[in-house]
Amino acid sequence: MVTAPTSAAPMENTAAPSTLTIKVPGAPAADPGVASTLIEISDLDFYYGAKQALFDVNLRLDEKRVTAFIGPSGCGKSTLLRCLNRMNDLIDGTAIRRGAIKVRGIDIYGADVDPIELRKRVGMVFQKSNPFPKSIYENITYGLRIQGVRSKTRLDEVVERSLRGAALWDEVKDRLHESGLGLSGGQQQRLCIARTIAVEPEIILMDEPCSALDPIATAKVEELIHALKKQFTIIIVTHSMQQAARCSDKTAFFYMGKLIEYADTSTIFMNPANPQTEAYVSGRFG
Amino acid sequence: MNPVQHPFTARKNRSRALEKLTFWLFRLATYLVLACGFFVFGNIFIKGAGTVFKKSFPFVNTVFLTEAPESLYVFTYQGTKMELGDRDYRAFRAAEEARAKAAGQPVPQFNAESYVYSAGGIFPCIVGTVLLVVGSMAIALVLGVCAAIYLNEYARDGRFIRFVRLSILNLAGVPSIVFGLFGFGLFVLFAPRLGVAPDPEKWHFRLWPLHQYVNFVGWGVSLISGWFTLAFMVLPVIITASEEALKSVPRGFREGSLALGATKWQTIRKNVLPYALPGILTSSILGIARVAGETAPIMFTAAFVVRDKLPWEGLDHWTDFFFQGVMALPYHIYVVSSKIPQNEYTARVQYGTAFVFLFLVAVIALASILLRNRLRKRYQW
Repeated sequence: MVTAPTSAAPMENTAAPSTLTIKVPGAPAADPGVASTLIEISDLDFYYGAKQALFDVNLRLDEKRVTAFIGPSGCGKSTLLRCLNRMNDLIDGTAIRRGAIKVRGIDIYGADVDPIELRKRVGMVFQKSNPFPKSIYENITYGLRIQGVRSKTRLDEVVERSLRGAALWDEVKDRLHESGLGLSGGQQQRLCIARTIAVEPEIILMDEPCSALDPIATAKVEELIHALKKQFTIIIVTHSMQQAARCSDKTAFFYMGKLIEYADTSTIFMNPANPQTEAYVSGRFG
Repeated sequence: MNPVQHPFTARKNRSRALEKLTFWLFRLATYLVLACGFFVFGNIFIKGAGTVFKKSFPFVNTVFLTEAPESLYVFTYQGTKMELGDRDYRAFRAAEEARAKAAGQPVPQFNAESYVYSAGGIFPCIVGTVLLVVGSMAIALVLGVCAAIYLNEYARDGRFIRFVRLSILNLAGVPSIVFGLFGFGLFVLFAPRLGVAPDPEKWHFRLWPLHQYVNFVGWGVSLISGWFTLAFMVLPVIITASEEALKSVPRGFREGSLALGATKWQTIRKNVLPYALPGILTSSILGIARVAGETAPIMFTAAFVVRDKLPWEGLDHWTDFFFQGVMALPYHIYVVSSKIPQNEYTARVQYGTAFVFLFLVAVIALASILLRNRLRKRYQW
């Protein structure tokens, strides 16, 4: 079922850093050319009430790459992800006490930033697939209708493009007006991805998108991630180290709210600098 | 010597006996409730059916369902005992007197005994109760759902919100007669009206400088006073239940919507409220039964003992519709069973009214249940 990523160039790419020549099975190498930084997290301290959840995180995330956040439960990786589209704003008592998150140089916690506009640019796919109890069509068009798009032709076009983009079109094209809840778990998650790309964000945040899926559905989502990174910057939180190894370009390892190590995925898995990282990726804890 | 027992053999001891006894007690309690219910409904149904239905075509007592209450006249005329309603009696009497006069006979004597409210029907009461239920539920749902949305979706938990919740709980415990008096004081006597001059003889609160337009002269005993009084009475039920319904909508729907760039209000309107509606309707069904059934809140605020005109008849201006009192089924039952002399003719009105009342509440509740089920089918998760 799993087809290898079809981008032809990467494997022969000699310009890539030497660490990338170590072959992690199935792992994609970085695309040629230097990736530019899209998100810059500096000195970030994050609190849930009095409890500090993130300690002095510094991270630069590349544009049109897949970055994976790994680490044991409660290490702060999901918290950091939810900082990136200000979903944490919805939880009482959360606060960034120090540091900043910049997307294209703009501080997203700045006074003049509207979180609503931010979330249109930074989409999110959740751990538990959450299609709305509406038809597939209405699920996909939800974001656009919210923005006031009424044109039927435009909506139809976006539905097809998004579903094709999420590799779901062939499976559901005959039942667009049936409930999205009638789909299987993996299809539901891809529907959520389609819904997210329908509003054309720049960044897609994925919070353990495959944790409730079986291996076949997982493989399809991972395939999709490969395809999507041509267009989108993807940040994925995952509990599965194999998944991080398979589908990310760079990996950040978190432990107890601190960023322990951040490097190319192959480095993290084959040649980590930090003994804690090595202990985690080799399965000695977590 | 005891025969050898295997370890799972059934045994008899005290705890088993106690268990049996306890379950029987519980079972009896349930049966007793059931018996009470059957007795109440059966009694009203059997005795009320005699008033509401009849043996000949069209099998339903249309007079009882479509006419206003009248006095019953019972008299013996030329050897036959007759029972006629007010209008029939007058017509009969006039016709007989005219006939006697034409035939040159002496004017006939009737010596009728009259029994108040024992003839005619209860149509104005049905209309009044339906109007009261619909209006007050509309007000209560709008206010209650808004409040529930605020409490559940917007408000941050704090001392003030805890105080609000406590107040709502307390409101739920207030006896209905207190609501009646509250409504009488606030709506009947005090509420502001547009374009009504204050009575110079009485003291009125005046909203200077608007006193030429708005005056606190009260709404009088009227539909609108009854609506607000009843609405306030069911508000706690509606708010609490609506909050529960909103809470039961999974968080994922809210997050998913917000992550697509929807505002909080867009999320609530398009992706929370529709799914909560079935639950809100369930609670409003309970509210309907309560609103329709309470006598105390309307006896000072909306109910008339008798009113021949139907609410839509003889209005000078359409707004007068809201400022008129109505008859209502529960208040009518109260009047015919405690405010007028009891006799063999009042019982049929009492039972008939109670029967129609139960039936009406059942119909309104059934309609809400059907609506809820339809919504549920549409928004399932």
